[in-house]
Amino acid sequence: MAEVIIQAEKLTKRYGDFLAVDGIDFEVFKGECCGFLGPNGAGKTTTIKMIQCVLPLTSGSLAVAGMSVSENPREIKKMIGVAPQEENLDPDFTVITNLLVYARYFDVPKSEALQRAESLLEFTQLEEKRDVIIDQLSTGMKRRLILARALVNEPRILLLDEPTTGLDPQARHLIWDKVRSLKKQGVTIILTTHYMDEAAELCDRTLIMDTGRIIEEGTPADLVKKHVGEEVLEVDYDEKVMSMLKEKFPDARLEVVGERIHVFTDQPHGIFTSFLENFPTKGAAVRNANLEDVFLKLTGRKLRE
Amino acid sequence: MTASQNSARFSLPKLTYRVWKVWRRNFDVFKKTFKVNFFPPLLEPIFYLAAMGTGLGALITGSIEGQSYIQFIGPGLVSITIMYSSFFECTYGSFVRMYYQKTFDAIIATPISIEEVIAGEILWGATRSLIGGAIVLGVVAAFGLISSPLFLLVLPVAFFAGLMFSAIGLCFTALAPSIDFFNYPQYLFITPMFLLSSTFFPLSLLPKPLQIFAQAVLPLTHTVNLARWSMFGFGELSPITSLLWIVIVTPVFFVLAINMMKRRLIR
Repeated sequence: MAEVIIQAEKLTKRYGDFLAVDGIDFEVFKGECCGFLGPNGAGKTTTIKMIQCVLPLTSGSLAVAGMSVSENPREIKKMIGVAPQEENLDPDFTVITNLLVYARYFDVPKSEALQRAESLLEFTQLEEKRDVIIDQLSTGMKRRLILARALVNEPRILLLDEPTTGLDPQARHLIWDKVRSLKKQGVTIILTTHYMDEAAELCDRTLIMDTGRIIEEGTPADLVKKHVGEEVLEVDYDEKVMSMLKEKFPDARLEVVGERIHVFTDQPHGIFTSFLENFPTKGAAVRNANLEDVFLKLTGRKLRE
Repeated sequence: MTASQNSARFSLPKLTYRVWKVWRRNFDVFKKTFKVNFFPPLLEPIFYLAAMGTGLGALITGSIEGQSYIQFIGPGLVSITIMYSSFFECTYGSFVRMYYQKTFDAIIATPISIEEVIAGEILWGATRSLIGGAIVLGVVAAFGLISSPLFLLVLPVAFFAGLMFSAIGLCFTALAPSIDFFNYPQYLFITPMFLLSSTFFPLSLLPKPLQIFAQAVLPLTHTVNLARWSMFGFGELSPITSLLWIVIVTPVFFVLAINMMKRRLIR
């Protein structure tokens, strides 16, 4: 496989008695888009912050481009772009000045910085907001500017921590387009998200985290196939229907979610359709299995907060 | 490649030229709001000179070491501005940048370290003291209240005292759970200094224990003393004592502030 660009071994972060990251091992390959998925508190952001060298490790090792995050934070930070979850644009400056000041932190010469800033505004479709103060931007514009800011040092690795949370579909798709085009340019991308469609859309590979551990890893398609099969049958809950389903699909996993029964099976495509032809069932729907099914199966339906 | 917990440990800061980039950020913001930052500090000492110098001063018939009352308070006014400029910049100002604006988080995602961010804040606070001190010095000079040709020495005093007040301010910022916390240092530390540091009357008029307290504990006493030496060629305490006091105290709080802020921000 491709060259490893980030390597974690027994990576651990502990706060008192709380293990935020519990001895995880993982690799990120050059040029891929790798998704970190997990419920709130799973340890995704903590992991990201250790990769960007702002959070010291408790134990284990973490190397970026062959350098230890504990020993070469500056060299690593130079090649990383970060779009944090929490909006931290500089409210004292305009859009363009935010980019210019940030470029200065990276030692980008002034004329070069201006050139990059202008083209990044074009890339994120913010040219019209060039001289506007941050307060006057919408959430979507702020997210785009954060993405632009993360690119001002022309990073080889991009860390996107929930880049589309709270955005409308238009803004979300724009960010997705940008992520795809950056991937095409060869940038390695690490993405955390709560949106499974986003992960399925963008990620070559996903790592699913829960309570500080990596509990599963693979391509979105493989994970779906492995854990939930190809199709899911949903029907309205009924005792009789339930026992019939158990009889017809002895190998299937039946899950009652609210007023609905979800039937998961590793049987091939079409099995539910033929079942429904013979036994029309109230409120029945057959849909493709997706990453959200995998996520909920692996991490449970219990609320985390 | 072993894990490092260095950042949690007390250490001497490792600083590079990047400190200036943090300073530049704050300077750029300051430039944008120059009018607000320039005129109020220009007017304030004029009010003080009018009220205390000519008003209150009219009631004071005696002279202090051959000086009129309005002359006596000049170094005090300059020094109070030096103290306010840096202390408030590095408490309220830094807290807003750190806590509300998350500016520090944004900066440490770049090759700049947290130590350099804090050092940049201190340097910027000192610059505010230099600017504020210079403005008030100009006003006092315009009133013809200066007699020593060495009065420009107030400027380096302003800068170094500014470093000291900035560092002390950032220690409070590192401890502040919320912005209201600054009421403590403001009323229990800044206000006593404002009143007791040979600002509006000589130290010698204080009860002996308070005199000792003012000399031993209050940084403003030594700032005023050095300002007075610069502006008039004399003061209540030896300039060497005050110089040493500041030279010893400043690096201690500088290192302390950086470590305390590091502990707060990097866990």
